[in-house]
Formats: sequence, structure tokens, C-alpha cells
Amino acid sequence: MTGIRALQLEQVLRSRKRLRRELLENKALRPVRIAVLGGTTTNEVVDLLELLLLSDGFAPTFYQSEYNRFYEDATLDVATIAEFKPDLVYVHTHFVNVSRLPSPDFSESELEARVADEHARFKQIWESIHTTVQCQIVQNNFEHPPFATMGNLDVAAPGGHTRFVLELNRAFARSASADRRLLIQDVSSIAAGIGLSRWFDWERWYSYKILTTPEGSYALADSLASLVGAILGRSKKCLILDLDNTLWGGVIGDDGVDKLHIGKETALAEAYTAFQQYCLSLRARGVLLAVCSKNDHAIATTGFEHPDSVLKMEHFSAFKANWNPKHENIRQIAEELSLGIDSFVFVDDNPAERAIVQGQLPMVVVPDVGSDVARYAGIIQAGRYFEMATVSKEDLGRAEAYAANAARTAVQAKFENYGDYLDSLQMTAEIGAFKPVYLERITQLINKTNQFNLTTRRYTFAEIEQIANDPSYVSIYGRLTDTFGDNGLISVIIGHHVGDAIEIDLWIMSCRVLKRDMELAMLDMFVEGARSAGASVLRGRYIRTPKNGMVAEHYQTLGFEPDPPSTDPDQSSWKLVLSTYERRNRHIKVL
Amino acid sequence: MDRNSIIQDLKPIFRDVLDLEDLNLVAESNATNVDGWDSLAHVNLVVAIEKHYRIKFALGELQGLKKVGEMADLIAKKLAKA
Repeated sequence: MTGIRALQLEQVLRSRKRLRRELLENKALRPVRIAVLGGTTTNEVVDLLELLLLSDGFAPTFYQSEYNRFYEDATLDVATIAEFKPDLVYVHTHFVNVSRLPSPDFSESELEARVADEHARFKQIWESIHTTVQCQIVQNNFEHPPFATMGNLDVAAPGGHTRFVLELNRAFARSASADRRLLIQDVSSIAAGIGLSRWFDWERWYSYKILTTPEGSYALADSLASLVGAILGRSKKCLILDLDNTLWGGVIGDDGVDKLHIGKETALAEAYTAFQQYCLSLRARGVLLAVCSKNDHAIATTGFEHPDSVLKMEHFSAFKANWNPKHENIRQIAEELSLGIDSFVFVDDNPAERAIVQGQLPMVVVPDVGSDVARYAGIIQAGRYFEMATVSKEDLGRAEAYAANAARTAVQAKFENYGDYLDSLQMTAEIGAFKPVYLERITQLINKTNQFNLTTRRYTFAEIEQIANDPSYVSIYGRLTDTFGDNGLISVIIGHHVGDAIEIDLWIMSCRVLKRDMELAMLDMFVEGARSAGASVLRGRYIRTPKNGMVAEHYQTLGFEPDPPSTDPDQSSWKLVLSTYERRNRHIKVL
Repeated sequence: MDRNSIIQDLKPIFRDVLDLEDLNLVAESNATNVDGWDSLAHVNLVVAIEKHYRIKFALGELQGLKKVGEMADLIAKKLAKA
């Protein structure tokens, strides 16, 4: 669903109120609360952000500081922000909000001190929000100054404003890299992409204290919407690629592998090679790659044996080269990879194929990449589909993990008895109470797990940190390793005391480890945790969403009793008496 | 373009921006007698008008112009120069 993004900016701005009204008719929106602390008038950015988030399936509620009160609001009046209970605070500042700039005669050490001063002012803001509001913070870095009065020297001289911005941005980056609760919105790159002359709008600045052109405001809102999506686990996970004239030039079935344009020989070949490299770099940072092409399977695979092909068969988590309609193949890819249809971006040079896929599967993102390979990467990148909030080892190893999964499926076929198969996997699990080193991964897993998720409750990093330290909670994570490799941290249960019971607020598991009895091992350990916390009953709930049908019978299967009995398919409550509970897991060794 | 044809042009722009389907815009219309024409809406109206005519109001040009008729005159002047 491209939604708002498919419209021209002029149309979005002009019809904003109507678009907003129409988007609000969608009832299945996920609420999100955002506090915006601005150094300029932020209404335009917030209005556009609201539309984009609505279009992405969120129902945002905003708190906005008065013009240029970001520092005061964050440090002196932070209780008001805390009362608003935001999921994230966006500190939106521009070059004009820098309090003290260097003078042209500055030395290196004077510059360093001035950068430290300004950095300290912002650190005060972040600290205050962390302490009192306890939520994710998004802080933008700074665009280059509008007037480099020293010319080219401005970027090198310690008194240059450009140099100052570069140093300050570096300091911000270091802060963010050391603290997961702080994310940087890269305004420096956003403004550069638009061009400074089309970024600043001085008439609007003097008239309304809006610093950017409408184009600038829209770019800010667009990047922020992607970041919010990434924080809340809505980024796309898999890039599905066509083959002929998408990954290589020419038609392999007609021209043969030797005639394909790939390599360094011609301009066209070089451009296809570069696009393959771009795809591979996406894979290296955790995006899955898949092929969906109208081709003969055997012939299609020979394309990746071409010595100049950067991509090899092993890089694809799913490979569909056949004559079936592409939307059917994409549905199958979703099933094979246990991913929702809304996790995919589909790239094809053929506009007819794009139109069919978009028509049949509106949840798949189908960018209009045109048919010029030189532009594919730029168009995909501009869509910000694969935005990530953190870089975790699990993310980077995701493609490998899915490859190992395919190997497991192959082995499974050889066993008569499913228990024998499970034993052959020699699974060991590490299950325990939340530990600091895992909190980031736990947060990430909670926010991206949609299928094996009983309640679909989402938590921010700060909330997870709090739960980890709160004795009224019983919360465990699970990691699973088997003969094919380490699946990483793949399951989480969070519960809290209510009288003599523990109420399970959240139970999730990655679909990577479905049907491995990991849920039994988790239940064993959770029961143990609940018992030692003095509880005699577990209570659980199932809340239906469009995606979590697979766990509708979860509690029943585990022997929970309905409490109260209900026939409501959309939600149900369950209980388990602990006095008679016996360990269930037989196939996983728990460490 | 004359004042009246510009006001006819402006009518759908105002209707869209203010989301008022049956707004009747006349030369005497101003922020006090048009629903929802507040300072935030004003920013949006200016952007929409600038984009529609591919013009840009200079700093201060709109200051002091309260009525749609006066705005239309300014637009006509700018279009004639373009």
C-alpha cells in the first residue's frame, strides 16, 4: 500500500484535511503517542507525519511544545511530557537552534570546547527525558549551515560553522551509538538530498518560524515515519526480485547465460553488477532476498553461475522461477519464510507484472522502479522500506538463519516419527530471566513478532528495561541452538503478579522455531519462575489480530482451562493451576 | 487574469485546504468570516496558492492583506510580471 506516498506533494498539502478524514476511517490502526519538542514551528512536519503514519497503519497522537521551547520543555517542564505518556519523544532542532557558534579566530581547542558545550546542552535534554519520561528519543542531527561565510575554508577552519556542524553531528552520533534509547534522524543527509537552496525557506522562517520549504518538511516527516515504523517493528523484511532485465540485462531463456549483460564489459553490464551489489549489501545488513521470475527453474539458476554474477544461489532465502502468476509465487514465498505478506518489497522492470502483483497483493510494496537499472537502487533506497532502529547480531545473521532453516526442512523428510526428528536436532535452550545484554534483542523481537504472539502488546526498550528490574514481574527469554546453528533469542514471556496469580501479558516466539517444542520448554521454565515467585495459578489471554490465527488454540493445546468459558473468537481468557503441573518438554535440553 | 477569475480559481483551493465543500469565496471573504481560516490554515493556503500559480510571495507581501479580493489583486500583479 503506497497510500499517501503515491500522491504528489502539492496534492497532499492541499487535500490534507480530507485525506486525514478518510484515513481515520480505517479502524484497525495501531495507536502511537509522539511528543515533538521543536526549535521551530513544527505543525507542518507534524501534520505531514500524521498523514504518513495513518497511511502506514498507525493512529498517532501528538504533543507539541510551543515554538522554540524544546530545551525548557525537556529540562524544566519534563513532567508535562511524562504525563502525556509518549512512546517516543522527537527533539526537532535546526542549525538556527544552535546556541553559540564558533568565531572565525577559534583555535582547535576552542572549537572542541564549544562543541562539547553545545553537546552538553543536548545531553541534558536527553538525560532529563530518559530519567523522567523513560521512552525512546529521536534527535535529529544538523543540516549544513545556510551560509558558509568562509567559503571552502568553512569546512576545515576551527572557526567555520560548517566544521562546527560536522563535529557536533559526530558527537551526536557517538552519543547514539553508546545509548540504544537515543536514535539520530539524519537531517544532514536529508537536507543534502534536497539541496540546501531548496531546504531553507527564509520567507517562511521570518513569517511563521517554519525553517524549511514544504518539500523539506515532507522529507523530514517521511524519514521520521520510516523510523517510527522501524522502532515499532513495521519495516519490510524481504526484497523479492525479478530476474530478466532486473538482476541482469537480457532474457536468459532466449539469449542464453553467455549473452547476459552482467560484469564490467559494457555500461549496461556494469549497472546490473552494481545493482546486484546493492542487493547483496542489503542482505549483509539483514534483508532477505528472494527471486520471483517467469522462467524455467533450471535455466534461471544458471544465471547465478555466470562468473560475473555477484549474487549466487546461496544468497536467496526463496527462489521461485516458474510459469505461475507472480502473486501466487509471492504467497508461497511468504509461507516458506513464515513472513507476513506485508513484509515484502517486489522489484520488477515489467510494469504489467508490477500492476498485477500490486492489484492482487495490495500489502506488498511495489515501487515503480521503471526499467532503467541505473535507477533501481536509488528508487528502492528512497522508499526507506528497510529502515532499522538498531543493528543487532541477530539481524545481521538473519539470512543465514533462514538458510539453515531450509536445511532443517530437508532433513525432516527423512524421519518417520516427529519426536525422532526433534531428538536428531540435538536442541539446547538457554532460558532465563531478562538480562541487560539481551534487552535490546527482546525489544526488537517483541515489536516485530506478529504471528506467534498471543496479545500483540508492544513495548519500548525503556519499558523492557523497567520490567527487567521490577520484582513484581516474572519475565523470561529463550535462546535455541541445534545441530544447524544458533537460532538466537527467539522467545519471550512477560507476566506480572495479580494476587496469587501470574498474568501473562505477552507470549511470543519467532516463527523460525515453530514446531520444535520450544513453547513447552518456555512454559516449564515460566511455571518454575511463577512458583518461586509464590504464585499458584497462571492466567493467559488470546487476543485475535489479522496475523496471529496460528496461536488461537495455544492455551488449549497446553492444557489451560477457559476462564471464564467463552465462545468469542476474538479473545479468550485461560488459566492453569500450578499444583498439578508437570514438565512437558521432552526434546530440548535446557541449560 | 482579472480579480474575479482569480477568485474563481482560489475557491476550489480554499475548499480543499479548509475541507469545506460548499465554501463560497468572495472578494470580501477574510479570516474572520471564513470558518477554519486560522494561522495554521493560512500557511497551508499560501503554500497551495504558490504551488498552483508557480509563484512565490516575497517577505511581507501578504502582510496587511486581509481580504481575498486583495490577495487576488496581488496574485494578478505577480502573474502579469511573470
